[in-house]
Amino acid sequence: MSRLLRIDTSKQTYSFDPMGAYEGLGGRALSSRLVSREVPPTCHPLGAKNKLVLATGMVTGRPAGSSGRLSVGAKSPLTGGIKESNVGGSFAQRLARLDLMGVVLEGKPEAGSAPVTIIIGKNDVTFEDASDLRYLGTYETVKRLMAKHGEKASVLCVGPAGDTCRQNASIQVADPNGRPARAAGRGGMGAVMGSKGVKAVVIVESGSSPAIADKDAFKAAAKRWVEIIKGHPVTAEALPNLGTAVLVNILNEAGGLPTKNFRSGRFDNAGDISGEKIAELIKARGGEVKEGCHAGCIIQCSQAFHDKEGKYLTSGFEYETVWGFGSNILVKDIDDIAMLDRLCDDLGLDTIETANAMAMAMEAGLVAWGDGKGAIELLKSVYDPKSPMGRIIGGGTNYVAQAYGIDRVPVVKNQAMPAYDPRAVKGVGITYATTPMGADHTAGYSVAQNILGVGGNVNPLTKDGQVELSKALQIATAAIDASGFCLFVAFAVLDTPDGVECMSNMIQAAYGKPFTADDFINLGKSILKDEFAFNAAAGFTAAHDQLPEFMSETLPPHNVTWDFTTEEMQAVKAV
Amino acid sequence: MPITVNCFATLAQYSPPGGQMDIAPGMTTGKLVDLLGIPRDGVKILFVNGLRVDLDAPLKDGDRVGMFPAVAGG
Ligand code: SF4
Repeated sequence: MSRLLRIDTSKQTYSFDPMGAYEGLGGRALSSRLVSREVPPTCHPLGAKNKLVLATGMVTGRPAGSSGRLSVGAKSPLTGGIKESNVGGSFAQRLARLDLMGVVLEGKPEAGSAPVTIIIGKNDVTFEDASDLRYLGTYETVKRLMAKHGEKASVLCVGPAGDTCRQNASIQVADPNGRPARAAGRGGMGAVMGSKGVKAVVIVESGSSPAIADKDAFKAAAKRWVEIIKGHPVTAEALPNLGTAVLVNILNEAGGLPTKNFRSGRFDNAGDISGEKIAELIKARGGEVKEGCHAGCIIQCSQAFHDKEGKYLTSGFEYETVWGFGSNILVKDIDDIAMLDRLCDDLGLDTIETANAMAMAMEAGLVAWGDGKGAIELLKSVYDPKSPMGRIIGGGTNYVAQAYGIDRVPVVKNQAMPAYDPRAVKGVGITYATTPMGADHTAGYSVAQNILGVGGNVNPLTKDGQVELSKALQIATAAIDASGFCLFVAFAVLDTPDGVECMSNMIQAAYGKPFTADDFINLGKSILKDEFAFNAAAGFTAAHDQLPEFMSETLPPHNVTWDFTTEEMQAVKAV
Repeated sequence: MPITVNCFATLAQYSPPGGQMDIAPGMTTGKLVDLLGIPRDGVKILFVNGLRVDLDAPLKDGDRVGMFPAVAGG
């Protein structure tokens, strides 16, 4: 029987509850439903009324390829709206193996309380004093917790940024190698965890596979699933062999690679920071070209990047990060970029937000454009809880901009824009503007149809069809985020007629209740409804669905501008 | 006439030296793909001057061509 574990962080009490009103929900469907029903939309995100939900996907823990994703939800301290941040790592599968669909951290300890590590057992929870881990980086934190609780312990934790409740703090989840390189990055979920005095959550018990109602049907669907994923060139070859940074060159060719804080769509040194270059270095230095962020990923887009001495430096080194600390701030030294990625993971910071914050620091003249070493030094200030500069950088993009009077601020709903210039990839611009999450590419990845020719073709430079495209993708994405499957399965699913049906069949077989492809889409709609309703009640209006003012400037090489009004985009929200 | 041609990802091996090529006026993108020895179905995404085109697009003096196999990320 699936359960929900509620932990009161003010009293250090807990209860294992039946799912009740949340029966049948998982992942983003559970996190967003729970937040929208139980968190007052106008509450302070760092206060006792906010709740942090760690939700495992609907099929997670079962033998279905690439289904080990965790949805982390709360009211966001960065955007002030609802947030779900989706992350890999081992934690979600381990929760599922304890029959837990979710863990809810509630309340808030008194000021001055010692931080805690929460240890989840099969039917009990213990609270350990974590004073010795406070302000410690995530790599060392995970290492110490695994030394104490054993090799099999599964850990998620915050770093110094989360310890000090900085708006841009992430929650880092350890991968099967015990490396905390997977981030629930966006929207400051680490600050919410830090506000509840929780340094880390550890699962020691290995548990057992969650129930499957119809084993034969599940097996048949899971087999078809492998065929679908292994039969598509993107999920079978491109992602595992070249990682996500393969996008650097293609966005550069398309004229949509944001360069120098969104001043151009092309970067002269794109080749130096490309996925091709990274794969070459990984091979030469003895790293891992492909790796799963969790056991049972049949795509394996991750990798282990080694430094010049051949020593492990970072993994989960993604396109967004490479862009953010690369062309976005004019750094062309891939080793500097990798170090900035490592520092973000260790500090517990979102890389997209931090990279844009760094662009603001460069706009302000704190560091010169292109100075990777200077960026590294500035970022290290976040380790020092007493450093005012570290506090500012950890506050995110707009926080730095406000501190230094910068008006070229690439944020929507206070969250920084990712690695696609919305003027040259208009479909993803609609997503940035309208998703309840603030600027977020994953919420409706129109790049697939705008640039990559996956799931159809829609011209990226004109307005036609973009609103409809973004809307359809936002609905499908929400459902995928609920299922527990990695969003990257969508590249294969979009091009396969029975893709959605196959995912639905696995859900149906797992739970033994009818679940059709229509139900899948309706699930996505219901999630978006919950999220839009929460944001409306928190004070968001159509006026908040717009890109920053400087998007009216022309972007070379195509000399395009952002030309949607907020009214034109509202159809996305009529789900 | 001179054009710039870059082939990426698994097609990188087909890039002409220095990315520069001299082609006959009026050549189409498809013919260029053939000339480079790339199987036509191996090219999934084709750009000329940053705009997506098919295999029948005529090329002009100074064009910048980019070719990709099926790739994605995010
Ligand atoms: S495709 Fe990549 S991000 Fe997705 S589950 Fe696999 S390794 Fe993780």
